Amino acid sequence: MYLARVIGRVVATVRYRGLEGVDLQWIQPLDERGEDMGGALIACAAVASGPGDLVHYVDGREGALALEETYVPVDAAITGFVEEATVLGEVLDRARYIDGPAGGRA
Amino acid sequence: MFLADVVGTVVSPVQIPELERRTLLLLRPVTPDGRPTAKTRVGVDHVGAGEGDRVLVLDEGNGGRQLMGDPQAAIKTVVVGVVDYVEREGEPCYDHRSAAPPARLG
Repeated sequence: MYLARVIGRVVATVRYRGLEGVDLQWIQPLDERGEDMGGALIACAAVASGPGDLVHYVDGREGALALEETYVPVDAAITGFVEEATVLGEVLDRARYIDGPAGGRA
Repeated sequence: MFLADVVGTVVSPVQIPELERRTLLLLRPVTPDGRPTAKTRVGVDHVGAGEGDRVLVLDEGNGGRQLMGDPQAAIKTVVVGVVDYVEREGEPCYDHRSAAPPARLG
């Protein structure tokens, strides 16, 4: 699993069977400093979340297992809403992951 | 499996059911001599590890599900061991008794 912040949502009306009603979120993986780590991706929301939230997600086959219908073509799913992450005794700076390193919301 | 330093904890009040009552650790994958080597991960603790420990991490779904005792669990990153000592080509390169705690990334 990885940490990420939700930066947006994706609407797709035409979907594979079994994915009806599953929210799609646009997420940016984060490293332990709260900075962007690699490229952004789309994940299914197994747990409700929205833009600005800090979450954890699982990738690979396990992404589909997190959903109600598990035989679906999904390779990333949000597995939890993160209230707080502590790194070396300090709380991960919320301003950093909400606003991003550039200081502006994506 | 790979080596990682536990650099923090993740508090997640809303998450998929298989993660409930499990401790989530923030992991910094490292080389045997302690240099960061891959993306920061969030792992499920299975051995009672904590911040500052160097640990052995499994990042594979089948093994993860086996450890959780749930063939449908959407879990793949699991902390499966606490490392005491690492030797490379006959030379010790990590000893938990004398190792400095993980430093903050610049």
